[in-house]
Amino acid sequence: MRKKWSGLALAFVALVFSAAAYAVPPTAEILSYACAGCHGTNGASAGPSMPSLAGQSKVFFIDAMKKFKSGERSGTVMTRLVKGYSDEQIVAMADFFAKQKPAAQTTAVDPALVAQGKVVYDNACKRCHLENGKEFEEDTPVVAGQWLKYLQIQMGEFRDGKRKISEKKAEKVKSLTAAEWEAAAHFYASQK
Amino acid sequence: MTMERRNFLKLLGAGAGVATLGLAGCATTNKAGARKVVVIGGGYGGTIAAKYLRMQDPTIEVTLIERNDHFISCPFSNLYIGGLLPDLSSLTIKYDQLAANHGIKVVQAEVTGIDAKAHIVKTSAGDFPYEKCVVSPGIEFRTNEIKGYDDQIMPHAWKAGPQTVLLRKQLEAMKPGGTVVLSIPLAPFRCPPGPYERTSMIAMYLKQHKPGSKIIVLDANPDIVSKKGLFLKGWKKHYQGIIDYRPAKKVTEVDNKNMTVLIEGIEEVKGDVINIIPPQKAGHIAHVAGLVGPDGKWCPVRSFDFESRNHPDIHVIGDSSIAGAMPKSGYSANSEAKVCATNIVAMMNGRKMTEMSAINTCYSYLSATEAVSVTGVYRVNASSQAIEAVPGSVGVSADLSETEAMYAESWIKNILVEMST
Ligand SMILES: Cc1cc2nc3c(=O)[nH]c(=O)nc-3n(C[C@H](O)[C@H](O)[C@H](O)COP(=O)(O)OP(=O)(O)OC[C@H]3O[C@@H](n4cnc5c(N)ncnc54)[C@H](O)[C@@H]3O)c2cc1C
Ligand code: HEC
Ligand code: HEC
Repeated sequence: MRKKWSGLALAFVALVFSAAAYAVPPTAEILSYACAGCHGTNGASAGPSMPSLAGQSKVFFIDAMKKFKSGERSGTVMTRLVKGYSDEQIVAMADFFAKQKPAAQTTAVDPALVAQGKVVYDNACKRCHLENGKEFEEDTPVVAGQWLKYLQIQMGEFRDGKRKISEKKAEKVKSLTAAEWEAAAHFYASQK
Repeated sequence: MTMERRNFLKLLGAGAGVATLGLAGCATTNKAGARKVVVIGGGYGGTIAAKYLRMQDPTIEVTLIERNDHFISCPFSNLYIGGLLPDLSSLTIKYDQLAANHGIKVVQAEVTGIDAKAHIVKTSAGDFPYEKCVVSPGIEFRTNEIKGYDDQIMPHAWKAGPQTVLLRKQLEAMKPGGTVVLSIPLAPFRCPPGPYERTSMIAMYLKQHKPGSKIIVLDANPDIVSKKGLFLKGWKKHYQGIIDYRPAKKVTEVDNKNMTVLIEGIEEVKGDVINIIPPQKAGHIAHVAGLVGPDGKWCPVRSFDFESRNHPDIHVIGDSSIAGAMPKSGYSANSEAKVCATNIVAMMNGRKMTEMSAINTCYSYLSATEAVSVTGVYRVNASSQAIEAVPGSVGVSADLSETEAMYAESWIKNILVEMST
């Protein structure tokens, strides 16, 4: 009788602790859900300056996070938040967001600037940002349909050297004027 | 019983009898509540818990119970008080789209109690049986700690709505050269940087509209609780001679007739407008339902699914809960709700639970165009099981920033869209 009771007690102790032993490390979902308070549910941002992550290139995503972590890419909150995640967790989140349905931005764009931007694009961007910026290739992100204000902020950072441009890209874009960057932003944002 | 659970119980060396016993703890005692989750409170935590439950398992019936037919956000309400927003409409959400998009039953009613044993939520619109219950009622004020307190004379404006409007009207009606008094309670309270953002926004308003006026800040805490360096920098840059910050001044009594507050019952401070943020505790319903811990104020919970330490199958998230190192903020409530919902879905489907991972970020405005932020990523400490910050992830902005103000505007938009669609 006594033995039976102590056995039961033991089982109870085990049950009390069971939940902890029962829990698995954070999944891609749990990790990524936490980002949505800024980037929108499943990474589809409601704008106007917060970037969408849904459908983004996995390679670019991982690269961006690594650069935030090392300080190579400037940022406001991301350079701090990224320190909360391991490399494996970053890969899991990149995978999660790459699979989500992209949503195009809805800010009004200036049609005249879109037309000028198309020229800039054809001359200086097309080689890397394929299909009007809709396609990604390796570390080149999807830029089509990204929120206008985000593109403007990031282009501003490229322009004044806060965000590094690769040598290959610099060759193509170093002679661009501020107006041409602005036109390109409208062009990208206009793509659905 | 799923394979996983059976294997797990076997692993524990539990016999068949014990397995049944173990299950009794999980199974609902109320058949009517089977596969039903009742969420209490349609604010930062509750809306998200309801949404992420349905997103992950549409076979679970989710009822969201909220006393109002709309919700007004506290985040950004300081900007309205400072005159940067014309009204509170951009901070107000409704529930119809959320309900339609996700098949959530939204009930407008006052929750009056929870029968934890019978698994029933009691409301002004009847009883709601549940298998799991999520409680996110925000805060209640410990007004008994401030003798004579009357929020119609000295508003708190710490729950957004009529109180926020009242405080702004009082500021507008104040004569130039007047004095505003702001009283801050001892931590922990809802939104650690909130009172200092409020100070900044009121000072900005006074500088623009009420020349010669000042704001006296009576802080019960020994020092500025959050983002100290940045607030001091902003105050020096913009509001020299307007902000009179006084630490370790706990208001214990008020004299409504003479518009005076008393610090520790002795030192008197007079004001033309007096904004008292009283000390706080978990929302009233958490007390009624017996979810509050030995401190008599807040609700202790298990770290990975926010289940109450007092009652099984009731989960407490948001301001009411004791979430370890996580501050009481809207972002925290949003993030906690997702962890809680994910693990409730796992439990109801016999799947393994997941350790929590959550984020907090709070933006604060210092002026019309500059904001700063504090960030943190949170996890469960493997040995203590407590929620802790991941080292390195907690930090504040390097400086006041116009870019951060732009991102902050997008943050409020995104989080309110997330809550309402
Ligand atoms: C001035 C100010 C500025 C802030 N700024 C920020 C910020 O910039 N960023 C940030 O992250 N956080 C901020 N916060 C904090 C944020 O508002 C809270 O942390 C957040 O609202 C907590 O969410 P919650 O779900 O716990 O409670 P709430 O959002 O308050 O939701 C509780 C809901 O439950 C309902 N309810 C309660 N009891 C019952 C009942 N018995 N029956 C029916 N319904 C009930 C209430 O009506 C309410 O709608 C700020 C707070 C203040 C006061
Ligand atoms: C408080 C708001 C906030 C939160 C929370 C947040 N982000 Fe960000 N994110 C931003 C901002 C703002 C930027 C722009 C860079 C900057 O200023 O830090 C950004 C940029 C990014 C970028 C680069 C996108 C691009 O196209 O250039 C990635 C990738 C990213 N975030 C991933 C994440 C992930 C993953 C999480 C969750 C772990 C997360 N973010 C949480 C605000 C946030
Ligand atoms: C040589 C290849 C190349 C060319 C040419 C190029 N880009 Fe890029 N672009 C990249 C890569 C790679 C990245 C990601 C780099 C990084 O994050 O550091 C990028 C990033 C960007 C981003 C940031 C997107 C985000 O989500 O963070 C913008 C905006 C952008 N490019 C615009 C342009 C424009 C406009 C042009 C033409 C005027 C252009 N690029 C030409 C390769 C190129």
